[in-house]
Amino acid sequence: MTTLSEGIVYWLQQMLNALQLGSIYALIALGYTMVYGILTMINFAHGDVFMVGAFFCFLAAVYLGLPFVPTLLLTMLGAALLGVVLERLAYKPLRNAPRVSAIITALGLGIFLENFTLALAPYPKHIPALLENVTWNLGGVSLSSLQVLIILLSLGLMFLLDYVVHRTPVGMAMRAISWDKTFVPLMGVPVDLIISVTFAIGAGLAGAAGVMYGLAYPVIDPYMGIMVGWKAFISAVVGGIGNIRGAMIGAFILGGVEIMVTAFFPSTYRDFVAFTLLLLLIVVRPYGILGQPRMQKV
Amino acid sequence: MSALLHGGWEWIMAQRWLLAVLIAMGFALAFAIPEYNLFNKYIQLVMMYVGINIILTVSLNLVNGYMGEFSLAHAGFMAVGAYTAALLTQKVIPVAAHPALFPFAVLAGGLVAAILGLIVAVPSFKIRGDYLAIITLAFLMIVKSVIENIDTIGGPRGIPGIKRLTTLPWVFFWVVVTVWVVRNFVYSKYGRGVLSIREDEIASDLMSVNTRRVKFLAFMLSSFFAGIAGGLFAHLLQFISPRVFDIIKTTDILIMVYLGGIASIAGSILGATVYTVLLELLRPSTVAAMLSWLPEVIFDPLNEHFIQHLGVWRMVIMPLALVLVMIFWPRGMMGLREFRWFVPKRDLAAHHPLTAREKKHGIPNDH
Repeated sequence: MTTLSEGIVYWLQQMLNALQLGSIYALIALGYTMVYGILTMINFAHGDVFMVGAFFCFLAAVYLGLPFVPTLLLTMLGAALLGVVLERLAYKPLRNAPRVSAIITALGLGIFLENFTLALAPYPKHIPALLENVTWNLGGVSLSSLQVLIILLSLGLMFLLDYVVHRTPVGMAMRAISWDKTFVPLMGVPVDLIISVTFAIGAGLAGAAGVMYGLAYPVIDPYMGIMVGWKAFISAVVGGIGNIRGAMIGAFILGGVEIMVTAFFPSTYRDFVAFTLLLLLIVVRPYGILGQPRMQKV
Repeated sequence: MSALLHGGWEWIMAQRWLLAVLIAMGFALAFAIPEYNLFNKYIQLVMMYVGINIILTVSLNLVNGYMGEFSLAHAGFMAVGAYTAALLTQKVIPVAAHPALFPFAVLAGGLVAAILGLIVAVPSFKIRGDYLAIITLAFLMIVKSVIENIDTIGGPRGIPGIKRLTTLPWVFFWVVVTVWVVRNFVYSKYGRGVLSIREDEIASDLMSVNTRRVKFLAFMLSSFFAGIAGGLFAHLLQFISPRVFDIIKTTDILIMVYLGGIASIAGSILGATVYTVLLELLRPSTVAAMLSWLPEVIFDPLNEHFIQHLGVWRMVIMPLALVLVMIFWPRGMMGLREFRWFVPKRDLAAHHPLTAREKKHGIPNDH
């Protein structure tokens, strides 16, 4: 195989990194967008559910000594349970309250999760390598098995979700509730159950993102969910909040922009360029890439 | 008993001259407390933080409460004000002139923040709701990132060793000015416009409200006072860095706004006071001092097993309390209600028939 020119190799390498970061953002962004789609509520505690997921992964890997697959499944289950508990205890009583009360509750729950984890685990934790990491060299581009796993697993979960939402009865119920909340219950759709399932799926995906983040960047701390969570939220908005495919596209765009800025500029410019681009994008397309402008009636 | 209390409260709220007396007393106390050390230094410090938080909360309530937007940029405006004021006192104004020119440095901080507020107002013409929230969040991140990348103003290290120039009278003065300006704005012609934008922007546009001008004014006022609070904050904390003004700071202000209740000046004052004071009360040293009258047999084990660990847990207790408040009290302490002191006479008169009818039908009225 002839070696590719250096410029192209560098580009390909960065594209790969962008895919990895983008898939983690996408898994979290899906939770934001699903909850928004069904309740028109921004679940600001979602980034912290991702953080708790990373800590579940740490617990399962270190204290239970489990290998990769059980760790992943256990973490997803734990995060899903956490999501349902938060929904049942905190959000459900507020379903008919003013919208901002729900947002503030979510912010409060986020701070609670951060500091509760901090109280239990005061120092950053190190997730052990659960998988043997092999690095292949393809014409100068180095490709690690971990990267491949993260990208493929995320894409797999996303396609699974897309299938569930668009092809199964549960998904149909979700779409129906997000369309109309007054008459859908009269058709016999168990609204409370479907909302809980939505939270469970979103939180489970965030848990999976926590595991993958822990494998890719092994040092975890209780505040890691804040920035990652906000960026995932931005991805969801860029794609058009409430739209599942839009969230995936938005996440890959944001991951790509971040990695490319770091690759070609000093890394301290990352947030500046990423957020400026985001600002321009929203000014040009106020409803996100795949979002539909909503008709406003007076 | 409760009727008596209620009646007493009604009577107090009806005496409008009391507000002027309270402000005068407040000023007298603000000068007297540091002069004669009526309270210890720690309590004075907490009082100043309460004042700064009231300024932040009342000004954010203008955009988030009265206008019904969801702005996350308040810490960004605060950062701009803090950096402008701190750079002026540290690099431009000579030390000898500090006490005399400090108010102007704070004012300059507020003005620069107000100009940036105009920039955020422009996208809000077209964009509403969650997308505007994202724009304000992006603004906050951009401000933080720009400050981090300019090395001459300290970059990520920030500005250490700022002179402590913020005093209790100045904080009190700015609290009064903020409440006065925001109150007059809200009950002015433009204030009606602000409220109509919250209820329905398209309808208010059709009713010939100049929504652009109203938004310009609201964002400008809100960010102006955030900048003022930033200047005061910088000269109280004596150290600022981009990390001080991150999203967590904005979250704090949001919590104070919604804890107090939207569209209420009284609510913002209460929310900021209660939140700040409670966080201070939960400090281990404060709790230990409050319980030190207990006999040693009880105090020592309590101290050892409970109070000393409070430092970590107070930030667990506080958000949990907030969530409970929101569940059982979704509008916050004073949501959409107001002390009658702050409502102009003509508005009270306009509401009077309604109040009378509510009394007749036994519906509790809103004060």
